Amino acid sequence: MVESKFLPLDGATAVSQAMRQINPDVVAAYPITPQTAVVQNFSQYVADGIVNTEFIPVESEHAAMSACVGSSAAGARVMTATAANGLALMWEMLYIAAGMRLPIVLTVVNRALSSPLNIHCDHSDAMGARDSGWIQIYAETGQEAYDNTLQAMRIAEHPDILTPVMSCQDGFITGHGVERVGILPDEVVKQFVGEYKPRYALLNTDEPVTFGAWDFTDYYFEHKRQQSEVINSALPIIEDVFSEYTKLSGRPQPVLDTWEMDDAEYCIVVLSSTGGTSRAVARGLRAQGVKVGIVKPRLYRPFPAKYIVEAIKGCKAVAVLDRAISFGAPAGQGPLFTDITAALYNEGITGLNIVDYIFGLGGRDILPDQITSVFTDLQQIANEGQRGAMVRYLGLRE
Amino acid sequence: MSQMTEIRWHGRAGQGVVTAGELLGESAMHEGKYFQSFPEYGAERMGAPIKSYTRLSDQPIEYHCPILEPDVVIVVNPNLLSVVDVTEGLKPNGILIVNTVESPEKIRKQLKFTKGTVWCIDASKVAMEELKRDIPSTMMLSVIAKATGMINIKATIELTQEKLSGKLRPEVVEANLRALQRCYDECVQG
Repeated sequence: MVESKFLPLDGATAVSQAMRQINPDVVAAYPITPQTAVVQNFSQYVADGIVNTEFIPVESEHAAMSACVGSSAAGARVMTATAANGLALMWEMLYIAAGMRLPIVLTVVNRALSSPLNIHCDHSDAMGARDSGWIQIYAETGQEAYDNTLQAMRIAEHPDILTPVMSCQDGFITGHGVERVGILPDEVVKQFVGEYKPRYALLNTDEPVTFGAWDFTDYYFEHKRQQSEVINSALPIIEDVFSEYTKLSGRPQPVLDTWEMDDAEYCIVVLSSTGGTSRAVARGLRAQGVKVGIVKPRLYRPFPAKYIVEAIKGCKAVAVLDRAISFGAPAGQGPLFTDITAALYNEGITGLNIVDYIFGLGGRDILPDQITSVFTDLQQIANEGQRGAMVRYLGLRE
Repeated sequence: MSQMTEIRWHGRAGQGVVTAGELLGESAMHEGKYFQSFPEYGAERMGAPIKSYTRLSDQPIEYHCPILEPDVVIVVNPNLLSVVDVTEGLKPNGILIVNTVESPEKIRKQLKFTKGTVWCIDASKVAMEELKRDIPSTMMLSVIAKATGMINIKATIELTQEKLSGKLRPEVVEANLRALQRCYDECVQG
């Protein structure tokens, strides 16, 4: 294990530190709150000659991802960052990057999508991109945001994966919150990410290749089938990278972060920073003898279905907390709930009491008392043997 | 004091309140502690009342939410006392630290705050005398050191010296360090 040096960093700056250490060939980006600090700091590193990166300040996020696609196809190691409407503007190019199997790393500092206009945290931006073919990782803290950025680079560029990775953290909550963040030595990071040797590169004229070719009724279907196979078989490789980084940093990097799930009767499943708040509340309840547990998926795509089912199936009642709505889904449930209930069904589990709570949209605070109230609800559901409303709202005025 | 100390700052936008909170966190970090420091984001405009939060702990901090029941409240700008309910949610045994010309007794009377501890410091006066500018935010760290013991004044002065050296002229750095020491010596409890 290598000792980290501790710095006071906000989550966005922690990511720019990781990018500085990775020293990618190309960063093409357009500023948007609350991601701004990532690219602002990084452009300063470029201007100061601290990194050798070609920084391309573009006119929009669509152009940013287009430039990333072009650079990555050319054979460069490529990174960028965005949020909310910026990610929405990248939509077309997200699918192209994934379809062309380009190992781009994109930091998303999660923010609510317009309209109405809002700059604060929810997961509507990244959740909308969950079917775009990108691997998705979610961070609880600025520390995790830093760690995930380094691991994302390794995962994306793994020769058996070659798929772009979206590394997400909560806008403002961790993005602008300053905390103690451990940074590995530059040389150690350099060694961990290694030198990028593209398997195919447009600029390698000795072995000419075509990217983004026509692909009609003849082979498109087969290629999409292959793409699906790749992302779904990536889990063991991702676990290898997580495990290697765990040994290197001394900071555990599970695919599924579980707390006290061995004998938990009631549990909350939630992504990102709220995983921390929920765990802190759960500690208090455990001390009072209530058997509660927390499940926080760090990896969302590919979806670690079997791990989640295994963790929660023995509970008396389960609450999923969703920071996004899948509009028009049954009862207006969120994407995490949809995925988890589908996974339960696929494993033949149909009797579990499981409810969904939509929370925190547009940055609405999620408070410890609300987490406690969820656990109270779960106990009531288990005692009465009736699930009641499938989709509920936390911290909403009604 | 419990394992985690939760602090709420009151000031006006542009006064360096957020920076002071971060410096407090960094100071605690140098003593091996964990911290979080985050402002409450609203419509930021110069002079508007703002709140900022700092958590200090010996253990990793898991909470990611605003602080509703702080252990410590710091009021950087005295004219906020009549504008904002600064003692809202302050724990019964909590500590209130105010930059003011008034005495703790007067502040208690004005705020009808009968519990906990009140610390007063005329940090603006110290800042004007030493720095020739009314920038009291970071001076509050001295009072936090004395009132809570969560950070060490000597280490805080050393950190400030380290951070300011290279950015400011030596005599200005010296003035800042003097101001910190003075606030530590001159603050009064009541």
